[in-house]
Amino acid sequence: MATYQEFIQQNEDRDGVRFSWNLWPSSRLEATRLVVPVSCLFTPLKERPDLPPVQYEPVLCSRANCKAVLNPLCQVDFRAKIWACNFCFQRNPFPPSYAGISDVNQPAELMPQFSTIEYIVQRGPTAPLIFLYVVDTCLEEEDLQALKESLQMSLSLLPPNALVGLITFGRMVQVHELSCEGIAKSYVFRGTKDLTSKQIQEMLGLKPAATGQQGRPQAAQDAEATCKFLQPVHRVDMNLTDLLGELQRDPWPVPQGKRPLRSTGVALSVAVGLLEGTYPNTGARVMLFIGGPPTQGPGMVVGDELKLPIRSWHDIQKDNARHLKKATKYYEAMANRTAVNGHCIDIYACALDQSGLLEMKCLSNLTGGHIVMGDAFNTSLFKQTFQRVFSKDYNGDFRMAFGGVLEVKTSREVKVCGTIGPCVSLNAKGPSVSENEMGTGGTSQWKICGLNPSTTLAIFFEVVNQHNAPVPQGGRGVIQFVTQYQHSSTQRRIRVSTVARNWADAQTQIQHIESSFDQEAAAVIMARLGVFRAESEEGPDVLRWLDRQLIRLCQKFGQFNKDDPTSFKLSESLSLYPQFMFHLRRSPFLQVFNNSPDESSYYRHHFVRQDLTQSLIMVQPILYSYSFHGPPEPVLLDSSSILQDRILLMDTFFQLVIYHGETIAQWRKAGYQEMAEYENFKQLLLAPLDDAQEILQTRFPMPRYVDTEHGGSQARFLLSKVNPSQTHNNLYAWGQETGAPILTDDVSLQVFMDHLKKLAVSSSA
Amino acid sequence: MSQQGYVAAPPYSQAQPGMGGYQGGFGAGPAQPLYGHYGGPPQTFNGPPTGMMKAPVSSAAGMPPPAAPSQYNPNVQQNGAHPQRYPPPAAPASYGQPLQSQYNNMAPAAPPPAQQLTNQMSTMNLGSYASGPMQSPPPPTNSVAQQPFQPAPPPAMGQPMMPPGPQSPHMSPIMSAPQSPQANMPMAGPPMAGPPMAGPPMAGPPMGGPPMSGMGRPFPAPLPPGPGGFQQPGPGPAGPTGYPQQAGQFGGHMAGPQPGMMGPQPGMMGPQPGAFPGSAGGLAGPPQKKLDPDSIPSTTQVIEDDQAKRGGQVYNTNIRGQVPPLVTTEFPIQDQGNASPRFIRCTTYSLPCTADLAKQCQVPLAAIIKPFASVPKNETPLYVVNHGETGPIRCNRCKAYMCPYMQFIDGGRRFQCGFCNCVNEVPAFYFQHLDHMGRRVDFYERPELSLGSYEFAATLDYCKNNKVQNPPAFLFMIDVSYNNVKSGLVKLICDELKTLLDNLPCEDGSESSAIKVGFVTYNKVLHFYNVKSALAQPQMMVVSDTAEMFVPLLDGFLVNYQESRAVIYNLLDQIPDMFAESNESETVFVPVIQAGVEAFKAAECSGKLFIFHSSMPTAEAPGKLKNRDDKKLVNTDKEKTLFQPQKGVYEQLSKECVAQGCCVDLFLFPSQYVDVATMADVPSHTGGSVYKYNNFQVETDGEHFLTDLRKDVQKSIGFDAIMRVRTSTGFRATEFFGAIHMNNTTDIEMAAVDCDKALTVEFKHDDTLSEETGAHMQCALLYTTINGQRRLRIHNLSLNCSLQLSELYKSCETDSLINFFAKSACRAILNQPLKNVREILVNQTAHMLSCYRKNCATPSAASQLILPDAMKVFPVYMNSLMKSAPLVGSTELSTDDRAHQRLSIMAMGVEDTQLLLYPRLTPLHNLDVGSEALPAPVRCSEERLSESGMFLLENGQSMFLWLGQASPPDIVQSLFNVPSLAHLQGNMSALPELDNPLSAKVRSIISGLMEKRPNSMKLQIVRQKDKPEMLFRQFLVEDKSLHGGASYMDFLCYVHREIRLLLT
Repeated sequence: MATYQEFIQQNEDRDGVRFSWNLWPSSRLEATRLVVPVSCLFTPLKERPDLPPVQYEPVLCSRANCKAVLNPLCQVDFRAKIWACNFCFQRNPFPPSYAGISDVNQPAELMPQFSTIEYIVQRGPTAPLIFLYVVDTCLEEEDLQALKESLQMSLSLLPPNALVGLITFGRMVQVHELSCEGIAKSYVFRGTKDLTSKQIQEMLGLKPAATGQQGRPQAAQDAEATCKFLQPVHRVDMNLTDLLGELQRDPWPVPQGKRPLRSTGVALSVAVGLLEGTYPNTGARVMLFIGGPPTQGPGMVVGDELKLPIRSWHDIQKDNARHLKKATKYYEAMANRTAVNGHCIDIYACALDQSGLLEMKCLSNLTGGHIVMGDAFNTSLFKQTFQRVFSKDYNGDFRMAFGGVLEVKTSREVKVCGTIGPCVSLNAKGPSVSENEMGTGGTSQWKICGLNPSTTLAIFFEVVNQHNAPVPQGGRGVIQFVTQYQHSSTQRRIRVSTVARNWADAQTQIQHIESSFDQEAAAVIMARLGVFRAESEEGPDVLRWLDRQLIRLCQKFGQFNKDDPTSFKLSESLSLYPQFMFHLRRSPFLQVFNNSPDESSYYRHHFVRQDLTQSLIMVQPILYSYSFHGPPEPVLLDSSSILQDRILLMDTFFQLVIYHGETIAQWRKAGYQEMAEYENFKQLLLAPLDDAQEILQTRFPMPRYVDTEHGGSQARFLLSKVNPSQTHNNLYAWGQETGAPILTDDVSLQVFMDHLKKLAVSSSA
Repeated sequence: MSQQGYVAAPPYSQAQPGMGGYQGGFGAGPAQPLYGHYGGPPQTFNGPPTGMMKAPVSSAAGMPPPAAPSQYNPNVQQNGAHPQRYPPPAAPASYGQPLQSQYNNMAPAAPPPAQQLTNQMSTMNLGSYASGPMQSPPPPTNSVAQQPFQPAPPPAMGQPMMPPGPQSPHMSPIMSAPQSPQANMPMAGPPMAGPPMAGPPMAGPPMGGPPMSGMGRPFPAPLPPGPGGFQQPGPGPAGPTGYPQQAGQFGGHMAGPQPGMMGPQPGMMGPQPGAFPGSAGGLAGPPQKKLDPDSIPSTTQVIEDDQAKRGGQVYNTNIRGQVPPLVTTEFPIQDQGNASPRFIRCTTYSLPCTADLAKQCQVPLAAIIKPFASVPKNETPLYVVNHGETGPIRCNRCKAYMCPYMQFIDGGRRFQCGFCNCVNEVPAFYFQHLDHMGRRVDFYERPELSLGSYEFAATLDYCKNNKVQNPPAFLFMIDVSYNNVKSGLVKLICDELKTLLDNLPCEDGSESSAIKVGFVTYNKVLHFYNVKSALAQPQMMVVSDTAEMFVPLLDGFLVNYQESRAVIYNLLDQIPDMFAESNESETVFVPVIQAGVEAFKAAECSGKLFIFHSSMPTAEAPGKLKNRDDKKLVNTDKEKTLFQPQKGVYEQLSKECVAQGCCVDLFLFPSQYVDVATMADVPSHTGGSVYKYNNFQVETDGEHFLTDLRKDVQKSIGFDAIMRVRTSTGFRATEFFGAIHMNNTTDIEMAAVDCDKALTVEFKHDDTLSEETGAHMQCALLYTTINGQRRLRIHNLSLNCSLQLSELYKSCETDSLINFFAKSACRAILNQPLKNVREILVNQTAHMLSCYRKNCATPSAASQLILPDAMKVFPVYMNSLMKSAPLVGSTELSTDDRAHQRLSIMAMGVEDTQLLLYPRLTPLHNLDVGSEALPAPVRCSEERLSESGMFLLENGQSMFLWLGQASPPDIVQSLFNVPSLAHLQGNMSALPELDNPLSAKVRSIISGLMEKRPNSMKLQIVRQKDKPEMLFRQFLVEDKSLHGGASYMDFLCYVHREIRLLLT
């Protein structure tokens, strides 16, 4: 048998699933004792170039509350043309179209290599994608110009039949009519008034008929003809380009000492109301571009008086943030409405100060939209990131999908506790729903309004069997993930992944279980739990909780003699885990110090949706070292890696830092790279740049790109991430000549580990 | 006579540049900086010289006067009615008395005193003459001669004349004539007398007696005294003796007027001023049947007489309490220290000194102020005075502005306020030495010291938020609901706006108008347009949140027309098409106005909304209206609810509009009931107007509407106005009527005030007034000009005070009185049953007249109706008022029309109410095509029509061309180009343009009238006996009304009976 490493990799490649444990303890008590829950990271739309979708529909179990999809793990009686559901054990006849089935003539979904399969639903007409731009006009001239250009450019990236709409706002909110000749028309809303969706639709003159229940495509068709605000790109791109070109800054004067009045709340409400009234349950993306915080009306985050600064973490801890609760509530309600309609909201916030992401984050977090944060629209960070929203995959399809519904089915021994990711609960109760909630729980179905190939959810499970009635050995627990979504080609598709894991008796097979531990997945999953808690709990409590979990895990699996820290050892499958936790504790996901509330929200937003690899980078940035001594090599994220004659490339996901050591920097300054005889130095300088470009090409959102050197002010990005093994406190104690001391009082990994060992072996803990 | 003088007189009159005359005169070089206008060099100034007439001047007589008399002379002439006759020079001596300079003049003029003494008549003459102007002050007259009379004045007034009554004491009183009107008397006198008459305004009434030639027709007729009842002395007959009473019951006719008259029959006296025995007689004895309609006082006659007597003569305002000519009379005015009657007219120019007296006579004491009245081209526009950064100089206590009534004392270092008597320091920069008369040396250089009306440049303190004001804006808000689009109205408006906007009013001298324009269209939602000049095409912004209106844009909404012309053209071209397909028929209304207010608020300016609206606002929005028209309420106690606006947002909206200086003009195009009472509520509180075109059709009503629109856009106007009327101690303004809003009891707020808006202010006594000092009022209007400058317009007027009721009656002004009654009745019907209101009107009429009879008239038979000369035709107006649409209580009139008229009346000036209540009926069938003059109007009665005649009737709101059944075909042919009446199209609204003299003449008459009136009128052509004639008939106010309402004759009899009841 392959190693667990390989097994894990194979599973991830095939099904997009990484379980924390790849052997499951056979009882609930044992499961609890493992500290890290039985859980997985699941990437529903993981790119599978090798997996062409099948053109028919899945075969479902006929039991009403099961409806599991026929899969390779089912028992099939080819002669009787009957298959047994491996979740509820219902025996189902095959549909007539499967008449020719035999053990040599099996449909794809029965083959083991198709544990993940994608079906295309043929029924019903398809609705075009919808892109609704919601644009803040309270921007600096230069910024607005850049944004206008980006938007105009984006029109060429949209599928020609996609519908586009434009809403601009400042003090007022304007919904632009797109198909008019001779005169530019728009509907205007006061920026301070909270309107119901019905009012908005009336005011926009939308036909109430179009507002339908469950995605009646029929209604959507009618709406296409009648809705003046959403028109196919190919029909209005000239108009829209002109319209964007004529877009002016918000004309209302901004008195000295005031912020511009920005009606973000109402603008969103109008956008959501518009889509709700015209295209419910059709894939739609509301793209909000803001250059500052909402300053008036519902959802206002800060008043327009400049002398009252926007809330900081300090204010929030002191309960001094006036608008926080109200605004958050407002945006949450709106996010939920949006999610119900299956639309998603992106936020592109470009401002030097905070722009209210803390309050608005739920808009994207609950609907699967993007959040992009930058300093200005006139930066390549924004421009390229925005362009990348419309990137295409190997098939030429957009890397985006809409209106996803993820359903998790479990075999009887397992129940699902919840998920953490960019989704909302659909409140689907069922036999596989656990009462024990983790993350968004209490349901077996979640809606993910906007998703892309990297969207990843953490899903938590619970072993049901009691200790005295464990699952019999040899059986397997089965989990089926059914994801229905609207593909960017507007097809509706269903992707089904069915996975199974063996049961193991924790008493006797603890080593097996231990070796089935996926410490990377576990670290990310625990981190998600920590971040999820951090949203509602005080920072220190979360850290304490994480520490306790770590200690318990070490106690459970470490080998040591009681009260002898030096004897402590962890097996290979857990060896990196404490280090992940160390960096996690220092990460911006849990530490708010030095981050604004908006930044924290932004970091957390990305953390709870990226796939495992990206998440790990976020937890523990990657550091490469370039030198004359050999090819680039990954080095420890440690201050000792900062050497004078090296160039370092650090990728934290959000930042990409190139750091030139002191000597290198001096050489560069002296211009050696210009001299022919130092061609190799030139090569050395270029190497990290090329690597960085590679990362920049693929990363979404674009990381902040920093090129710095020893002593540069931006070197702080690097210094704050590395393990401070050398600080001003212990520089001489360690007596090393290399590396760079970090001026910090933070504990280093070494100290952390020592402490951990002490606690793990302590008999009193 | 005077004319020449007038014309000639360069000094005051002509100077166009500045104020007329001033310029030359005051030239004060130095001064100028302050007043631009005054340009002239100082020297000229000599003015005051000799015979000045102005009051102040008079005193001057002795003065130093300076030099150059020449200039003044002319003036002098002007004053005097007849310059030539009384050469100024003569006078000096007489002037001892300060006050009435005029008198003086006159005096001299007058026939030799001696005569006068002897002959009352003669005196009369004097009086009358003098009176013209103001005699009131008469008492003091200086002329020796007059003295004797003095006594007279009191009682007499209107009385029946005592003719010649030699001096019987009684008589004399009667005569009071001197002062006023009485004019009648005059005649008798020797030839001389003649001269005097001329002037007096009153003329009319007085009976002038006799036979005057001029009068011709009128009254005199009665000569043959009416049978029984009438005493009429007939003019002539009465002859000399006739005197007393009877003579003209009615005062005979107006004889008075013509100067010429006098000479003639001395006898005439007959007529008394107002005595109107007439009906009385009837009552008394035999039924009036016999009454000859011609025997009752005729309005047309009174008007004609006044025009003849005072028309064309310069009216100088230098005399306190002087009664101006009738509003119908055309006369140039020269401001010499009191506001011209164009700006202020009073119900009486002689206030009773005590509250008791006022109560006793029940004559309302009121002033009708038209602060922006347009001034004819040949009169000087108001000067603008700038007192620099500290703002206008005002009394520290009562805050009255510097004016001719401030008395400088203490060598010019201090001044005493003419209103509250507080003594104030004169600011250093304003200090000026006094001459030996105690008058400032710069008297003539400063309009605020020598004129009745002028303006001050206001400082920032007078601006909203202490910020410089922006120029006002005009916002055009067009209802584009189905009806309006379909009727073609929207297109009509859009097309018209293109040219109309080129003619926005602009301040004199500036190239283009500073007024910004903006456009909104609406049905159930509002569409705003961005017409910024930089745009290639207009942008439309739809606001559907009518529950909470706001303005969606700032920049580009209110623009300069010239700059944005291309975009605006583009827009106006597109609007009719854009909504061509719309079938939205519901509209909103309140949000439209709110949008305007918000727009002005955002732009920080004041302005005016032109709303073109067609239907009742039924769409779901604030101010949604329900049909509440209920004809069953007519003639019940609940009828008043038809006039009351529906409650709710409208009231608040008016306040907001006024606070922002947002005036609302509403053009209504209803095809059914639209609840005008409510919809017009805002316009009627913001100084706006309401125009109503029932069942509008572009072909027939288009021109009518466009003319109104053009006038409305172009008329001179001030914005964001606040006005206060200050009075000297003893009385104060208590009630205010007009298109105004009042937040407290003294400040009159108007979002805008234009040249046609008048407000009526009623005064009450606080204390006793002094005959000596008289009564002053100062109306100060703070407003924003069309350029955005803040100004204070000041109108000052001084009145006499008297302990004698006869003075009061003599100085009454019927037209003003009726204006007051019309407005107060129109307000009263909001709160009381119409029946009560009508009763009150009749009772008050009877009371006023009986009081006169009791206190002022000579004893006479109870059966004789005696009317004060100045109020001779009051009953016909009163009767007409009670028959007016709002007051008549007929179910046949549409509720909307009644409400509309009620509201229009509230803002009317004296001219408008006069014409409304006594339409002008002009015969056109025997036109003298060659003559310039208009044919003399005839009385509004069916009897005056003739089958073969053609008459033009107009009352400022409607215009009819009535064609008798037997109209000569040649006339029909030349006017209409059809062989006979039968071929006439039914719905003509204009005369075809035919190339013949008659057609040209008639059309020019019609257009001339339209030109003169504030509103355009739709010409309706009616044939005798045709159905539409009914409409026409209701304007024949002397007849019984179709909708119920007495004929003039019946009413007069009724009033007479009431009077008799009161007297017994």
